[in-house]
Amino acid sequence: MFGTWGRRELQGLFWQVLVVGIALAVVGFLWSNTVTNLSARRITTGFAFLGREAGMPIADSLLAYNPRDSYLWAFVVGVANTLRVAVIGIVLATILGTLIGISRLSANWLLSRLAAVYVETLRDIPLLLQLLFWYVLMQALPAARAAWRPVEGVFLSNRGLILPAIPIGPLQLWVLGTAVLGCALFYLVRRGLVVQQMRDGKPRPAWPFALGLIVVLPAALSLVLRVPWTIEWPELRGFNFVGGLTLAPEYFALLIALVTYTSAFIAEIVRSGIQSVPRGQWDAANALGLRRSFMLRQIILPQALRVIVPPMTSQYLNLTKNSSLAVAIGYQDVVSIANTTLNQTGQAIEAIALIMAVFLTISLSISFFMNWYNARIALAER
Amino acid sequence: MTAITDIPDAPRAARRPQMGNPVSRWLRSNLFSSIPNGIVTVVLLALLAKGLFSFVQWGIANAVWLTPANDSSACRAVRGVGACWAIIPEKYRFILFGTYPFDEQWRPALSVLLFIALFYLSTRRALWRRELVFLWIGALALISVLMWGGVFGLSFVSQDRWGGLPVTLILATFGLAFGFPLGILVALGRRSKLPAIRSLSVLYVELIRGVPLVSLLFMASVMFPLFMPSGFNIDKLLRAQIAIILFAGAYLAEVIRGGLQAVPRGQYEAADALGLSYWRKHRLIVLPQAIRHVIPPLVNTFIAFFKDTSLVLIIGIFDLLTTAKTAIIDPAWQQFSVEVYIFVAAIYFVFCFAMSRYSRSLEATSAR
Repeated sequence: MFGTWGRRELQGLFWQVLVVGIALAVVGFLWSNTVTNLSARRITTGFAFLGREAGMPIADSLLAYNPRDSYLWAFVVGVANTLRVAVIGIVLATILGTLIGISRLSANWLLSRLAAVYVETLRDIPLLLQLLFWYVLMQALPAARAAWRPVEGVFLSNRGLILPAIPIGPLQLWVLGTAVLGCALFYLVRRGLVVQQMRDGKPRPAWPFALGLIVVLPAALSLVLRVPWTIEWPELRGFNFVGGLTLAPEYFALLIALVTYTSAFIAEIVRSGIQSVPRGQWDAANALGLRRSFMLRQIILPQALRVIVPPMTSQYLNLTKNSSLAVAIGYQDVVSIANTTLNQTGQAIEAIALIMAVFLTISLSISFFMNWYNARIALAER
Repeated sequence: MTAITDIPDAPRAARRPQMGNPVSRWLRSNLFSSIPNGIVTVVLLALLAKGLFSFVQWGIANAVWLTPANDSSACRAVRGVGACWAIIPEKYRFILFGTYPFDEQWRPALSVLLFIALFYLSTRRALWRRELVFLWIGALALISVLMWGGVFGLSFVSQDRWGGLPVTLILATFGLAFGFPLGILVALGRRSKLPAIRSLSVLYVELIRGVPLVSLLFMASVMFPLFMPSGFNIDKLLRAQIAIILFAGAYLAEVIRGGLQAVPRGQYEAADALGLSYWRKHRLIVLPQAIRHVIPPLVNTFIAFFKDTSLVLIIGIFDLLTTAKTAIIDPAWQQFSVEVYIFVAAIYFVFCFAMSRYSRSLEATSAR
């Protein structure tokens, strides 16, 4: 039967059977122990508990929640809280990291030294320690009555950061939706313009389309529908603030810690990306007499991005995973809610499985998006 | 934007006449090369002066350096305007060594020194030989004897009483020592031609890297007892250590895989032509080259682990960060957590900075 098989194939088969066999034996052993232990503790496995009343308070959430809601809804609220800190954190860390990375390359000695000190200090101290540090600083801020007011309408106190807000209802959502649609349309129009320019070589300005589609169109809709754009100013009443947008101290501390820590890594990525563009490219662009902004946009940035994007993806993934440190300061992200659920119901396997499912989904979405973007900017070899 | 426009600065600097003494020339070309640059310099100097001034006022001028034992009244008097460094001499034994018996604390202190010596010797290029493995085994065994005791007239100290810096170093070093061979096996598995082994390795690496370390630690502290036969229980520290080893293994595997990919095909083919078996081929030819390639990223991964061990705080293990956080629970000293965090941050910084300097010097020598 094995006549046509060589010694190598048989060896390969042997190793595979051995390793898979060991893996299955270990998993089977752990599984049978778990089943025995669970039945001894009278815990029924399965996700039926998700329908039960959660009963845990969630102080700060993006979605409406009260303790009588189900565990399933508590999980959804936790995921929303994770995404709220991760998405905003990624955007802010990218901006700050890029600025610092560019500063490190500055011809200004002082600026580049300060940027280097920033990067070196933040990278060499554990994130959890930085998070606790920021949280302690938040708690040491003055009480609401004596809040700092750096700008009119902005309050910083031990209740967190309070900002003026614009209430968003269905009418406002329509206008914002139109603006997003305008962006998509503008993207298509711009592609068309580039195709035309490729054909006859004449540059066509794109900005009138941008203005029309992204600004004028939504503004016109807003006027026609008479959408009210009122600003809600926060006010101090009694011991707390009313109105406005409140960033709770836990959320604010987590956001600052994640953004500053990740920006130090992003700065290094941006720096090495820019440095990877050969000097000849700068000189050639200069020699062609290109405008500075055109040169950066069309020559330097596309080449630097090829080096920057892949490591940037892993920084975004790290930031998202690091947001789970929230549990240490009591911001209720999905890990913290899963942990509370676990303590309340004893459904350890299910809770951990949910955490893994959530993070694997987020990780895969981020890497999927970044791979798509990376493929788009990759070198088109002719 | 001033920054980017200044990158090709050489032609512009050359245009300027080189006049004056070297100091003013340096100032002109590095701080005041153009008007926007000059403005940036002045603004930064002003901010820096302001920041330094308030830090010196808080941290030095108004600070309290020493108080009588267990008396924080002097500190509370300067609260808000001055730092209370007196909390460090008051609490440093607890922060560094946790609840280890006070009279025996020379043992964890000696262990910390042994760890530092071990790291230092491992950076010496002359010692990068097979004997280094024995050095590690010997040093780790000696540290275990020192910490546990129970032999050579040392009293036994159970690991529930360990704490502080030695625990951080133990978690990171044992994580590396066991995670490294695991990482090599998994990296080889991931490049194997055998589909079952390859998919198992991919599954392991992607599952571990896909989830946060916090959830792995929760799993170790909550689910481990469920996995084991009833009556069999292992200690909390060991459970966290296992989680860290599994975590380290997955990340190290990816770094080592990068090194394996960098070894030229000809090396594999030459080894095959010599008739070496799979294991001998990797042990003698491929792995030494692969690992040499990735030493700088390995050091960086180690820095990351060293920092990540602080997450065991969340499951209540007494590492350096947890002892620091516990030290300030004491009501008399509660308000001075910032000072303690700065102290602990400095310890972490010294270790990580030394390692990152080392990694950079390695990169510089390998680039040459």
